[in-house]
Amino acid sequence: MNYSNTEIWIIIAALGIGTFLIRFSFLGAFGTIELPPWAMRLLRYTPVAVLPGLVAPLVLWPQATGGQPDIARITAALVALALGMYFKNVLAAMFGAAITLYLLMFLLS
Amino acid sequence: MSSATPKSAFWSGFRNGLPFILGATPFGLLFGILATEAGFDILKVMSMTIVVIAGAAQFTALTQMQDNAPVVMVLAASLAVNMRMAMYSASLGPHLAGAPYWQRAVAAYILVDNTYAVGITEFEARPERPVKQKMAFYIGCAVPSWFFWYLSTFIGAWFGSSIPPEYGLDFAPAIVFLSLVAPMLKTLAHVAAALTSIALALALSFLPFSSGLLIAAFVAMFVGAEIEKRVTGQIL
Repeated sequence: MNYSNTEIWIIIAALGIGTFLIRFSFLGAFGTIELPPWAMRLLRYTPVAVLPGLVAPLVLWPQATGGQPDIARITAALVALALGMYFKNVLAAMFGAAITLYLLMFLLS
Repeated sequence: MSSATPKSAFWSGFRNGLPFILGATPFGLLFGILATEAGFDILKVMSMTIVVIAGAAQFTALTQMQDNAPVVMVLAASLAVNMRMAMYSASLGPHLAGAPYWQRAVAAYILVDNTYAVGITEFEARPERPVKQKMAFYIGCAVPSWFFWYLSTFIGAWFGSSIPPEYGLDFAPAIVFLSLVAPMLKTLAHVAAALTSIALALALSFLPFSSGLLIAAFVAMFVGAEIEKRVTGQIL
């Protein structure tokens, strides 16, 4: 990580202000504002549009292995995905994947 | 519950919010640990957790920063993750509209996936309740995970520096993101958006300044919305 102190504080402050403004947008509005259906539709997909793209390179080209695909990490990722989709439960996915990762790292080392 | 008071509404919300301690705590611990390992001192870790109070966006910022993305790109990706909260805000807005301004500001600050889900379920089940009770319930449901979010981040940051790097924590953000996303893949539209995001992010990863991710996210959002429009309500 290569940021000056000032840059880090700018990130923290701007992220905080930006996030608050997003949250306060309609709660703070005078009167009731209805968001048009097409806007609600787009907003519904922001997490599934951002996070998978963010995670894909981390899974396929992990920095810890110098960008080489790694069987333990890929399997753990698939386990997180499968458990999360099946149980609809964040914690089950997280702990299942962590256990898988450590087990495979131990077995394959 | 016509005899309910704001006080009883607060405690009813509080009870509804207790289970989310379980969800907030591991994320807080992990954020504290990873941010510390990435070089944040405890003041920066806690400032971020208190100022931003949004786990997924904080992990996104951290991941982008470890990639040395430009400040603008760090902010763009993290704020994009939080854009869904505008939808929550619009949906809660009419229910809390009559409350004092400062209370609505507090309500906005503590608006996360969990508080939204609990709040809107209650408001739609009992829309006739006065706004005072609705606000008390909503703040009550946020208090437990709110407190534990701060506390667990602090504990994570405190111990973060003593965890050796060979524990494979490099992969923790990836597991966090996947665990958050997988339960959201409820419809064909969500799955299509996720696949678009992955395909484009990988294909455009050669683009400078992490701009590939933003293009991927932008297109994926429209793919999801468009498919939803065509096959409304189809559940996988």
